[in-house]
Amino acid sequence: MSTVKERPPAIEVQDLVTHYGDRQILFGINLTIYQGEIMIIMGGSGSGKSTLLRFLLGLGTPTSGSIKMLGKDITKISPHDMHEMRKNMGVAFQGGALLSSMTVGENVQLPLREHHSHIDELTMQIMARMKLEVVNLGGFDDLMPSQLSGGMIKRAAVARAIVMDPKLMFFDEPSAGLDPVVSVELDELILKLRDAMKMTIVVVTHELESAFKIADRITVLDKGKILMTGTVAEVKSSDNPRIQSLLNRLPSNETIQADEYLRRLTGM
Amino acid sequence: MAERSIHGVTNYLDLLGRRTVSAVEEAGYVMALLGEAVFWIFAGPFIKQPVRVPAIFTQMMTIGIGAAPIVFILSFAVGIMLSIQGIATLKTFGAQEQVVMGIALAETREFGALITGILVAGRSGSALAARIGTMQVNQEIDALRVMGINPVRYLVAPALLAMLVMMPTLTFFADLAGLLGGAIYCALELHLGYTAFWDRTTDILVVGDVMQGIYKSFVFAMIIALVGVTNGFAVTGGAEGVGRATTRSVVLSISYIVIADMLFTYFLNR
Repeated sequence: MSTVKERPPAIEVQDLVTHYGDRQILFGINLTIYQGEIMIIMGGSGSGKSTLLRFLLGLGTPTSGSIKMLGKDITKISPHDMHEMRKNMGVAFQGGALLSSMTVGENVQLPLREHHSHIDELTMQIMARMKLEVVNLGGFDDLMPSQLSGGMIKRAAVARAIVMDPKLMFFDEPSAGLDPVVSVELDELILKLRDAMKMTIVVVTHELESAFKIADRITVLDKGKILMTGTVAEVKSSDNPRIQSLLNRLPSNETIQADEYLRRLTGM
Repeated sequence: MAERSIHGVTNYLDLLGRRTVSAVEEAGYVMALLGEAVFWIFAGPFIKQPVRVPAIFTQMMTIGIGAAPIVFILSFAVGIMLSIQGIATLKTFGAQEQVVMGIALAETREFGALITGILVAGRSGSALAARIGTMQVNQEIDALRVMGINPVRYLVAPALLAMLVMMPTLTFFADLAGLLGGAIYCALELHLGYTAFWDRTTDILVVGDVMQGIYKSFVFAMIIALVGVTNGFAVTGGAEGVGRATTRSVVLSISYIVIADMLFTYFLNR
């Protein structure tokens, strides 16, 4: 994938610093994601990967830094331009986040209905069904989300995310809570989206197997900082001990600072 | 000992300060939410993001039509209660016949709106908080935002509009149900005919009396909708958080309704 860097960038994150209350979560993130690549953001829990995703989705205001999407800085963009930008973004949330009061079909139609209300009812239904076919959920449009299994909900969420044919697609923990077979199917689907629809895809995950299978490049996050960004081979051969412990599932053996430890225990 | 009591006082002051700050913060949030909802209602159509009419009607069905039977039963019962108490009290003066005036004024000015308010707060305010809270927990609110669907426009504005239409309607309906309850009891107890009851009621009541209840119901509608959605959006901590928000929204909106009612009654009857 040496050609990846010759393509124009889709997402450029520069010096991103964020806080949650008084606690700093991200410490100056710099990351470039090129068009048409699958970028995996990996890291253990508490590494800040979910926070990074929230900010990429424009769901928060960072303390400092910029996030450029398709050439526009979404931290400084006007509400109207952000509204337009959202039409180019699709997200599959961890739990699917389908609206539970609507059928699967209505869920998939929702973005169309809100953004292109001039499209007639039948066309909208057909467009939604086409996307459901893409994710192998043909014929499920009249069911309620509560009647679907976990894997089906995630695929329905993908159908909703791609109904507007976005240029950028985000996945939050796509394989979390799924059995291995379904998880592999979802990986195949992600590859299909990149190849057939030329989407730029960002996947946040801690599942190594799936990450190595679908990634063009991997970014490893730890304690709010990027440890490295590179291809699968580069990450695998990295000699950084934190990356190796993540890859080999070893617990981190931090040396205990005696004074600090006592201070935490006593609360003084 | 002295040191400890000083410590207690500063602790108490600290807590008081924090509570005050969070209360002011919440009041600001409610006002911002109201402002945003009003913005979407009026400006939405011009920026091609209108508040959807079907969503308003769906809310009107659940808030209004769904509550009609229980509003009828409760107001009917209150009407009977008022006449029992009224007749018992007025009997001491031998003026039982005057009970019609008591029922008519109390029902239209006070109880129609109050009973409807408390009922809708318990029924729809809690449902609003639970619905939005669950959506918050399931990331459905985030999903709406990333799809470019403003949650205030999509969820808050329809509920607020529906509430503002249905509360006065239900209040008027409650007035009628209360008067019917009073009329039936008076007919049984005082052998007062229905026509006589109705004639006296219409003689006593002026438009202002009914409007007093209707004005209140607008305020109650705002209280219920805003308290419900505010608590819904504030949910953190999963299913337990949804439960807490639901309880809190019912308790708060009923309290605000009763207090607002008292203030209104004071100012409107001076």
